[in-house]
Amino acid sequence: MNYDVLIIGCGVTGASCAYTLAQHRLRIGILEASNDVANGTTKANSAIVHAGYDPEPGTKMARLNVRGTARMGELCKRLDVPYANIGSFVLSLSEQDDAHVKALYERGLANGVPGLRVLSGEEARAMDPGISPELRCALWAPSAGIVNPWELCLALAETAVRNGAELHLSTPVTAIEREDGLWKLRTPKGEFRAPYVLNCAGVAADRIAALVGDESFRIQPTKGEYFLLDKSEGHRVEHVIFQCPSELGKGVLVTPTVHGNLLVGPNAQRTTADDTSNTAAGLAFVRASALRSVPGINFRDNIRNFAGVRANSDCEDFIIRESEAAPGFIHFAGIRSPGLSAAPAFGEEALALLRAAGLKAEKKENYIDSRRRIRFHELSDAEKNEMIRKDPRWGRVICRCETVTEGEIAEALHSPIPPVSVNGVKRRVGAGMGRCQGGFCGPRVQEIVARELGLDPTQVLMDWEGTWVLCGETKGGAKA
Amino acid sequence: MTYHELVVIGGGPAGLAAALAAWEKGVRDILILERDKEAGGILNQCIHNGFGLHRFKEELTGPEYAGRFIELVKQTDVQIRVDTMVLDLSEDRVLHTVSPQHGYEAIQAGAVVLAMGCRERTRGAISIPGARCSGIFTAGAAQRFMNMEGYMVGRRVVILGSGDIGLIMARRMTLEGAKVLACVELMPYSGGLTRNIVQCLNDFDIPLYLSHTVTDVRGKDRLEQVVVSKVDEKRNPIPGTEMVFDCDTLLLSVGLLPENELSRQAGIAIDPRTNGPVVWENRECSIPGVFACGNVLHVHDLVDYVSLESEAAGRAAADYLHGLRSEGEEISLKNGNGVGYTVPQRFHRGAESLEIFFRVRNIYHNAAIRVLDGENQIARFKREHMAPGEMENIKLPKVLLDRIRSDALTVEIEQAPVGGGVPDAPQVKG
Repeated sequence: MNYDVLIIGCGVTGASCAYTLAQHRLRIGILEASNDVANGTTKANSAIVHAGYDPEPGTKMARLNVRGTARMGELCKRLDVPYANIGSFVLSLSEQDDAHVKALYERGLANGVPGLRVLSGEEARAMDPGISPELRCALWAPSAGIVNPWELCLALAETAVRNGAELHLSTPVTAIEREDGLWKLRTPKGEFRAPYVLNCAGVAADRIAALVGDESFRIQPTKGEYFLLDKSEGHRVEHVIFQCPSELGKGVLVTPTVHGNLLVGPNAQRTTADDTSNTAAGLAFVRASALRSVPGINFRDNIRNFAGVRANSDCEDFIIRESEAAPGFIHFAGIRSPGLSAAPAFGEEALALLRAAGLKAEKKENYIDSRRRIRFHELSDAEKNEMIRKDPRWGRVICRCETVTEGEIAEALHSPIPPVSVNGVKRRVGAGMGRCQGGFCGPRVQEIVARELGLDPTQVLMDWEGTWVLCGETKGGAKA
Repeated sequence: MTYHELVVIGGGPAGLAAALAAWEKGVRDILILERDKEAGGILNQCIHNGFGLHRFKEELTGPEYAGRFIELVKQTDVQIRVDTMVLDLSEDRVLHTVSPQHGYEAIQAGAVVLAMGCRERTRGAISIPGARCSGIFTAGAAQRFMNMEGYMVGRRVVILGSGDIGLIMARRMTLEGAKVLACVELMPYSGGLTRNIVQCLNDFDIPLYLSHTVTDVRGKDRLEQVVVSKVDEKRNPIPGTEMVFDCDTLLLSVGLLPENELSRQAGIAIDPRTNGPVVWENRECSIPGVFACGNVLHVHDLVDYVSLESEAAGRAAADYLHGLRSEGEEISLKNGNGVGYTVPQRFHRGAESLEIFFRVRNIYHNAAIRVLDGENQIARFKREHMAPGEMENIKLPKVLLDRIRSDALTVEIEQAPVGGGVPDAPQVKG
């Protein structure tokens, strides 16, 4: 299959590039190794939109962070992605921290971060009484926020697909060759050719680069572990609460999520690209650290732990450039924090790099640039009734914790990028995200996925390939 | 907005029994709202026997036990509306409901019975470390897959938690051809019935590891290994005691939590000891006209007791609708030494009689339950054996109640426990 541009990886980086490129007269192909989009770092991170005071001034990180964050609100509104501009605090809990807060303030000013202020402990605690009384002062960044990272990725990818980009799931790139001025990408699903390739492969970006003989950087996968607490703890704080780095580590954050839960984490542990396991020691560290900033967190209301792997690299900055070893082969690698915040600026960056490499890209006259997802629990009473009248499945609540109806699940299963697993459904509509963690709705979602996609229930996976749920029928057999 | 005299939230054993009792007391406009496709609640997936020994003096399966009540309801004009979810309950007893048949609907209730039951604690609730692989189920979810949908969830199984659901699933999976490698219990004693230890583990040579827990879960895609470690008296894993089991499935039977999100929304006072509403002797909550019964109130051991309690709540709701209010000065009930909680948490001076339900925090042999009025013992009940897995109850007659002088009774255990430790959450039996 021939394309103008092939994108390797459909996390939020690849999806953002695809979204912008698909607005142009280009044949875009996206090759994703997993069976769903957003299935790596994008689905397991802090879900924070950073204000932009962390990166060193003058870096790509600083520039793209501030630009991405500035665009996030408008983009999320247009594509119907849950986002809230709640602002963030960096806490000073020691004399050493005071200096750090001051340094971040200065760096933020240099990076052009809007609205930064250093507040006294009393001022900050008046705004967020959940913060520790040990607070000395805090950096207030009103442009920071929270977002649903996997839905941002999905929305960008869906919009790209609706504008003609072709997404190939379960299509890992195994070899790359140069042939007649084109890059030939081999996959188990066949060969794909294009003059230009974007390497957005996340934790595998160095492996992909090596396939074209580029060994100029190394990914250093770094795991971060989290607690996700019940909505009963969702208002423990009302802002993103960061700590200063200390001898204990980089510091963990405490934040509400766009879904109304409380998220606590991460630690940082060098690991392998596929290690998303939690450790007792890691979780104990996260818990103890978080209690320093927000002493009231009730960890008894924890509903899930997870670990995400950051695509850190041996370079200080994002690796966003054309490969020196391979013409037309452009890296978006080492996209660690603040990668999610910077993502809205990636598409434009990709376009500029592709044009510099010789791509002719003409903007389409008409393209889709909006998206709407109906969330039953957000509808008014009258709208709820209207939906149920049209399709009674909208009146059947499948996930009781998050109030997700069968109508929403069925709609997701027939969307531009349909999920193929129980967790794929969860990422699209929230079924199973609540306090019972799918204990009640899991079997029913399994049944609906099978029915809507024409699969046997034993074929429906929990998530990625190999995560089987059911291994056969009981002696009495499946119900008719 | 439509009006119904009595709305019962939940069509499981508690809701069915409460509705029937209210009907028998003359309430004629009763609506049961059930979120699943049929009435019966969790009993529908409990296809093993052992239900109803107290209530019907015979051994029934879960669906049979539920069926008895459903049949009785069918002989009345009590309406059961299935596939119906209550989204919101207000302080003035307005329920917002949604269903495929009736759409979004607001219902004003004269009185409400809360009978939403409980849910299982999950992996997250106890922060089991390890991989994010598939193959980890709560025992109840696995039970639903097997008994209601007809699918196997795995072939080589480890079970964490020795409460009765875990024990029952050990037998069930073995009978279906799976190999159950171990049942692992954090506490130094099982939370299950002795008969279930014998019939579900011993009869199938399944080892029970007391004072052990799961300390790691391994598997890239599907579960491949579970690591089990011994724990010390403080329930911390002891390094060097790790055992590795090659398995594809881990079932969790690590406790149940009453589902009180609606109750909290309505502003009903919740007891942190039970995670259920604070109730008076007639199971009335802190909001007048709202009653609670069954596992939403406190996690029961036997469904027979759920039925009894729910009938009392149903009768009280009928009294309320008929204008009969229980009144009098408040006397509170406190849990003293060795007692985890009490239901009810308070009662009115002048009550006709009082039955107090509670769980002990430990295993006791030849001990006694004491009831104190201030400092003075007013009653003492001998017990040969008490365990956290079993609900205890004592009954105080009117003559005793009339002699109470202070404004608080304390229920406590007289003797030191055998062994040590306190379970995090009780398990249901069945």
